[in-house]
Amino acid sequence: MRENDLLRLPLPTDNPLEPPVEWEQLRGRCPVATVELPSGDQATYLTRYDHVKALLADPRFTRPTAEDGAARIAPEGAGGPAADGTTTLALPDRGEPHLRWRRQVGKYFTAKRMTALRPRMARIAEDLVDDMVRSGQPADLKAGLGFPLPVHVICHILGVPAVDRNRFSHWSDAFLNVSRYTGDQTGSAYAEFAEYMSAHIAATRAAPGDDLISMVIRESEGEGQGLTDDELLGTAMGLLVAGHETTANMIGKMVAMLLADRTRWERLLADPALVRTAVDEALRFDANLGFGIRRYLTEDVEVDGELLPSGTTVVCSMPAANRDERVFADADDMVLSRSPNPHLTFGAGPHACLGQSLARTELQVTLEVLLRKLPTLQLDVPVDELKRVEGLLVGGLRTVPVRW
Amino acid sequence: MKVNVDQGRCCGAGQCVLIAPEVFDQRDEDGIVTLVEPSPAEGLQAAAREAAAVCPASAITIDGDQ
Repeated sequence: MRENDLLRLPLPTDNPLEPPVEWEQLRGRCPVATVELPSGDQATYLTRYDHVKALLADPRFTRPTAEDGAARIAPEGAGGPAADGTTTLALPDRGEPHLRWRRQVGKYFTAKRMTALRPRMARIAEDLVDDMVRSGQPADLKAGLGFPLPVHVICHILGVPAVDRNRFSHWSDAFLNVSRYTGDQTGSAYAEFAEYMSAHIAATRAAPGDDLISMVIRESEGEGQGLTDDELLGTAMGLLVAGHETTANMIGKMVAMLLADRTRWERLLADPALVRTAVDEALRFDANLGFGIRRYLTEDVEVDGELLPSGTTVVCSMPAANRDERVFADADDMVLSRSPNPHLTFGAGPHACLGQSLARTELQVTLEVLLRKLPTLQLDVPVDELKRVEGLLVGGLRTVPVRW
Repeated sequence: MKVNVDQGRCCGAGQCVLIAPEVFDQRDEDGIVTLVEPSPAEGLQAAAREAAAVCPASAITIDGDQ
């Protein structure tokens, strides 16, 4: 496959919830494959669980920066800052400084803190479901619940007003999308976003509260501790984006996957104690997770007996790894009680998703509220009529039409 | 069962605390894992094992497991 058949990412699928057939072939016969990215640049594509997990935790594989000359995702002039890496946030991305940043910010996202947010999340979810029901059926669950819920929650965490959410959505989309906007459009969205967030940080400095930004500001006033102003801006922008499309899309995909075979939904109705494992199984089972994680190789490394020279760009397919039969029995079945479930959807190692307790808690609360308030929920269209969102960095469905 | 945590490897994901809050906690000052119950009672052992198996940094190990 490697010599004759150059695969182009993203791989096509017939059904938006199904994995591309190539994943299984690649894991079996060509776990270290050469692929072409939408930019035309070539990269190495990894699909086996062990390879992807080891690579994500290996410090020799760094996050690509604009200076690296790594393979680009989007063609010249297209794609947001997250796609082309040209306007990276001023955050330390490797080694000791990264660890320091991560601990400084990560402590806000502890499981205990996120569990303490549960009642607030449940109230927001219930209100959104009530609004959706009032507006009548069929409804788009993504627009009515999936999108607004995480936005409300991340706005609360950052102390920014949720009434500005339409602007955040645009900035977040422009930041992450690789195909919808021109480089100029994403550039000006980025500038507006940075200006908004700088003003918010200045206002928070003048009147701190108990949100994350206030906490970081307070702790940065000590001697040489805490974050620089640039790092604080980068953190606030990064978290707003990271708390946006990812969970929002995942709520829609999770509900679609559970309703695609309604026996899954009924099993949860009969045994709501399965919600915790069902959420992680939805995270594992999601074949529409997005592009994969790019890493850049700073020295020669051997993977599966193959030498990858320094300068190689690697794309790790977490969703392909999550379907690896070597690790997950019945990998192509959605097993709601699966335990343990060491999927790689949040990455692994020192860069593993900082907000994963937040995401898990939001997904669990959303599912609990839906099962309780709308037990008759069903998809309003056949599964194969669901459409994927354009753009590659964060996968999702355009709409999730439901009735109840 | 004896549970061990390697705080140097911990990436603060917090999945262990969500799964087994009686056995694991995170430090308030940096989100790093701490061990609340190094020798969990039988009723908590399955959760401790699950937490070890899913830790994204492989920071939790278990000795003397049956």
